[in-house]
Amino acid sequence: MAPLLGTGLTRALRQRHGGDPETSTSDEWVIKARPVPRPGRWIATVVVGLLIAMLVHGLVTNGTFGWGTVGHYFFTSLVLSGVRLTIILTVVSMAAGIVIGIVVAVMRMSPNPLMSNASRLYIWFFRGTPLLVQLIFWYNIGALYPKISVGIPFGPSFASFTSTHVLTSLVAALVGLSLNEGAYMAEIIRSGIMAVDAGQIEAARSLGMHQRLLLRRVVLPQAMRVVIPPTGNQVITMLKTTSMCSVIAIAELLYSVELIYQRNFETIPLLIVASLWYLLMTTVLSVGQYYLERHFGRGQITMLSLNMQHRR
Amino acid sequence: MSVPTTSNGHPTVGMDDEFLKVVKATKRFGTTTVFENIDLVVNRGTVSCIIGPSGAGKSTLLRCINALERLSAGRIYVNGEIIGFREHRDRHYELTDKQAALQRSKIGMVFQRFNLFPHMTVLENIVEAPIRVLRQPKAEVLERARGLLARVGLSDKETSYPAHLSGGQQQRVAIARALALQPELMLFDEPTSALDPELCGEVLDVMKQLAHQGITMIVVTHEMGFARDVADDVIFMDGGAIVERGTPGDVLERPVEERTKKFLGSVLARAPS
Ligand SMILES: Nc1ncnc2c1ncn2[C@@H]1O[C@H](COP(=O)(O)OP(=O)(O)OP(=O)(O)O)[C@@H](O)[C@H]1O
Ligand SMILES: [Mg+2]
Repeated sequence: MAPLLGTGLTRALRQRHGGDPETSTSDEWVIKARPVPRPGRWIATVVVGLLIAMLVHGLVTNGTFGWGTVGHYFFTSLVLSGVRLTIILTVVSMAAGIVIGIVVAVMRMSPNPLMSNASRLYIWFFRGTPLLVQLIFWYNIGALYPKISVGIPFGPSFASFTSTHVLTSLVAALVGLSLNEGAYMAEIIRSGIMAVDAGQIEAARSLGMHQRLLLRRVVLPQAMRVVIPPTGNQVITMLKTTSMCSVIAIAELLYSVELIYQRNFETIPLLIVASLWYLLMTTVLSVGQYYLERHFGRGQITMLSLNMQHRR
Repeated sequence: MSVPTTSNGHPTVGMDDEFLKVVKATKRFGTTTVFENIDLVVNRGTVSCIIGPSGAGKSTLLRCINALERLSAGRIYVNGEIIGFREHRDRHYELTDKQAALQRSKIGMVFQRFNLFPHMTVLENIVEAPIRVLRQPKAEVLERARGLLARVGLSDKETSYPAHLSGGQQQRVAIARALALQPELMLFDEPTSALDPELCGEVLDVMKQLAHQGITMIVVTHEMGFARDVADDVIFMDGGAIVERGTPGDVLERPVEERTKKFLGSVLARAPS
């Protein structure tokens, strides 16, 4: 970064102070300096170039990668349904996790000690226990609570269900991922809210905005700027974390390819199939993140926009 | 027939009525007392300037008037309505969050650090509260907002974001934003203190123009020139009490209290205006 800025700056200065050499200065005054020799750069370029060549050569010539097999399985229906399930798990549990995160973050900042402590407890528990255990717990909740009743607490119940019917393995997976994600998102969103200037809240209140309105219109949009990069990380992590759901018999992407290679023993090619799909989805998400950042960064003078102006 | 005016030439329509009344107001934060037993009456349509050293409690008083802080004791009435409560048969009921918000919307406030919403354009900043809080029709609000922008001389900045405006322009937008709710009372907390000297003038001009339109204004300021030219009343606060109060001529030129003299001496020594 620094050298980039540096050269840009020198160029700008040269343009400003040097003026137009043809009209204002005679040729002898234009300094044609020899650039600083940078042998390190050349060596690095050669080394990296060689490594890339070796990698590509290996990928193409090494038969175990089985590119033919990769191509063959890439669009099979089992793989595609795995991809679909991975997307569903990621989108739903991320969305739920963000909603839970907002609620828990706001609770955490509440002046009511019961609220803030309940939220602390939630975060402590769901961040502190392994996700794998949580998933298995939700999957087996039928054994712990065979019946789920809806009604007045400690009073009569209006309806009751058998847990195993309500909590199918998909629901168990979604509940487990969402509650776990909510704990992480709560902390991310709290840091975003804390980054909003207190004067903003003051101004919104003086304009007659009530608590919920100012949260929605003033605080959260500004918190977004801080929240999006770590949330992008969370989504990409979640994409791959969904593979843990295979323990409760969810045939997401990784489990689907596992099912295939357990039959045909083409382990490496099928893992490549899964990885390429994960990479593809990550790419799409990164592009989305770029546009979201641009949207919520509107009106801000940032390092990035300064750099852009500089280069123009 | 000539229209009656105040000492500083503001129209005095209905001026005899008390618009803001502060009665025995006390504010404490924990064990520190910011001010105690403050009594203050401001008449409709007048401009009052509050001056005083740092820590005197000026900002806190403004914040209490706008119900951003709650008094520890005492009462504040604006236009006959008690701030922060609902009175019914000599009993007081706490306002809900929404009721308190509605009460605040009738009082405009301008801050030292502008506090424009950075993620909204100038026009969006101005129309936000009338549309979302008062639920006024969009077309009507937009028209009023454009009128206000013209009044503060920023018609060409409608679609700019606050970060791309100078401090003086931002503060003028902030004033327009507060006026968009058509408040009965405008509070200014050191509106020019964060501005370079050459930008103060444009903001003070807008405020002068407002004063002449008969909006009731309370201005905390260190601009003695503004106080002298525009204020009907100057209030000197120090150590959580109102030390001296009167016309600008009385308080600024012929102060009685020792503390006022000392403060004015130090201010005038710093900035001869
Ligand atoms: N939220 C708070 N908690 C504790 N003390 C506070 C709080 N707000 C203000 N104070 C104290 O109240 C006193 C008065 O503050 P205030 O901001 O009203 O002074 P001011 O007259 O506006 O001063 P300045 O000219 O510096 O703005 C100060 O001593 C300050 O420390
Ligand atoms: Mg202050």
